[in-house]
Amino acid sequence: MSKLEYALFTGCTAKQSTPELLSSTLAVADKLGIKIHVLEEASCCGASHLQDFDEFLAHVLNARNICYAEKLGLTMITICNTCQLNSAMTKHALDNDPELKARVNEKLKEVGLEYKGTSEIKHFLYTLIDEYGLDNIKDKVKVPLSNFNIAPFYGCHNIRSTDKHHSKTYGENAYVPTSLDELISALEGHPVDYSHKNKCCGFHVELQATHTSEVLAGNAMVDAIDNNADLMVTPCPLCHLKMDTYQDDVGKVVGRDIELPVLHMPQMVALALGCTEKEIGLGFHVQKAKQIFSEATA
Amino acid sequence: MNKDTRKVTIKAFRFNAETDYLPSYKSYTMEVGKDELILDLMNKIKWEHDGSFSYRRSCRHGICGACAVKVNGKATLACKQNAMELLDLFNNDITIEPSSKKRAVKDMIIDKSDFWEKHAAVKPYIVAEIDPRPESESIQSISQFDAMLDSDLCIQCGACHYSCPALEVNPDYLGPAALNAAFRFTSDTRDEAGKERLEIVFETGAGVWDCVKCNECAEACPKEINPIQKIGKLHNMQFEQKVAKSNVATRHAEGFVRSIRKHGFLDEADIVVYSEGYLGMYKHLKTAVKMMKAGKIHWQDGVPGIDNMPKIKNLDEVQKLIDISMTNKL
Repeated sequence: MSKLEYALFTGCTAKQSTPELLSSTLAVADKLGIKIHVLEEASCCGASHLQDFDEFLAHVLNARNICYAEKLGLTMITICNTCQLNSAMTKHALDNDPELKARVNEKLKEVGLEYKGTSEIKHFLYTLIDEYGLDNIKDKVKVPLSNFNIAPFYGCHNIRSTDKHHSKTYGENAYVPTSLDELISALEGHPVDYSHKNKCCGFHVELQATHTSEVLAGNAMVDAIDNNADLMVTPCPLCHLKMDTYQDDVGKVVGRDIELPVLHMPQMVALALGCTEKEIGLGFHVQKAKQIFSEATA
Repeated sequence: MNKDTRKVTIKAFRFNAETDYLPSYKSYTMEVGKDELILDLMNKIKWEHDGSFSYRRSCRHGICGACAVKVNGKATLACKQNAMELLDLFNNDITIEPSSKKRAVKDMIIDKSDFWEKHAAVKPYIVAEIDPRPESESIQSISQFDAMLDSDLCIQCGACHYSCPALEVNPDYLGPAALNAAFRFTSDTRDEAGKERLEIVFETGAGVWDCVKCNECAEACPKEINPIQKIGKLHNMQFEQKVAKSNVATRHAEGFVRSIRKHGFLDEADIVVYSEGYLGMYKHLKTAVKMMKAGKIHWQDGVPGIDNMPKIKNLDEVQKLIDISMTNKL
């Protein structure tokens, strides 16, 4: 296989509250021989909230991020579902509306950039599966995850709505997503089948509609637990933050004791590939997760 | 067996609110043809298996919105959805259920009064002083019509409404169908009640700020209307038309600009402090302490006067772009 090479859009959380997401992503890429260029120039994607305030500004800033991947001539990969959706929505809007593209480029010209539309935008999960290949990942497994029942939690913005993602999501169906399940199986873990795997975690209304947010997170976690999950895995750091850091509050709202480590997708892969404890960064979780490292090798 | 047909056993939700305490699921075995629709399957249950099986149907052309059901949880307009496609998707194991099980009256028939109440609440009609004896038509140009972004195509089937998880938890929420209707009439150039409607959909609990952004509505809509796009537009219009008042939700949206201007990144601690205000922070202290212990955040984060944030490269570009591109103010 020729060496895979990508421009990584880290997003804000990987640079702040989830350093373990960035370190495990880079460790996985390193183990698999994937070359990563971190887009240090990239700004926040707006996370749908800037879009609510000022849609045009959000398009300009996202287009600027994509420009830097275009300059490298590489596919821009994301490690956050919300970064993925908002970047892909800007790309889709600009590629299909020449008038909007011209208006955005008029602004970008002021800082010496031009959006062309030459780079694809893809979540790391799907590049691993589509481009690196599950069989190739399987060959690299050092620590089979056979000790764990793992609940895949897909996160809305990677799977819905289908038309916003086009072919960039492995042909994933929003009602029957399979990518994470297949990745778990490739790492020899046991995927947990539960009906909330493709539902919403409530993160985006955490501040203004706390109750809604916590019920949604709670329903999903309880469903995973009731189907014997030892841990949950998600490709989205926002789902991770909601479910990991607010676990206590969520448990109170749904009336259950919830103790469920929520791993980032790259952490799970890093664990199976035999990356170091530091790279996987389980110590950065609020819900105790460090034990997973020793349990994996037990 | 002819490869254009397939023999399958499908399950259907059965319930009669007048006689049953709990619903049940019954199985029906039938031959399904490649061009048959979910509606044809429901007809077969009624005509060939059990005449008491009840469902709403009328136009059979995807326009009356009566036959919306769910198949394995997927919102489905029965007269539009090819059955074989769903059999393939769900591995020949399908269960037909009403759009909302908790609102079931008889089998697929639900009490849709909540849907119509929400719809009525957004004034879903043009409000205008119109000459009772006009001498010419009130004409819309193509571009004026295009500005409605297909919101006019809604058939009120309820597919999005009963797929919305926010509405499931929060019964006050207007939901995607009513909000789409609010956008449809507010974006109509003949209408004069835009501001009033924007105020209705600004309400905390009921309005657009309670949308959880899951995109279920966009996926569910059989007319591909994309209700969440309209919810986004309503957010924008509230700022444009100065309806948005400063509260935790609007400060959270606007606060992104403040963070991005300073750092390029969103300042995760600052956005919470800025949105909630210092007094509102007590709610987050417990979580903040836990996050600090785990090393997710640091004591300096969000403290005024201390800049603990990483910065993007070429931040000056972003600052300039904000200055020359921003169109809204809170």
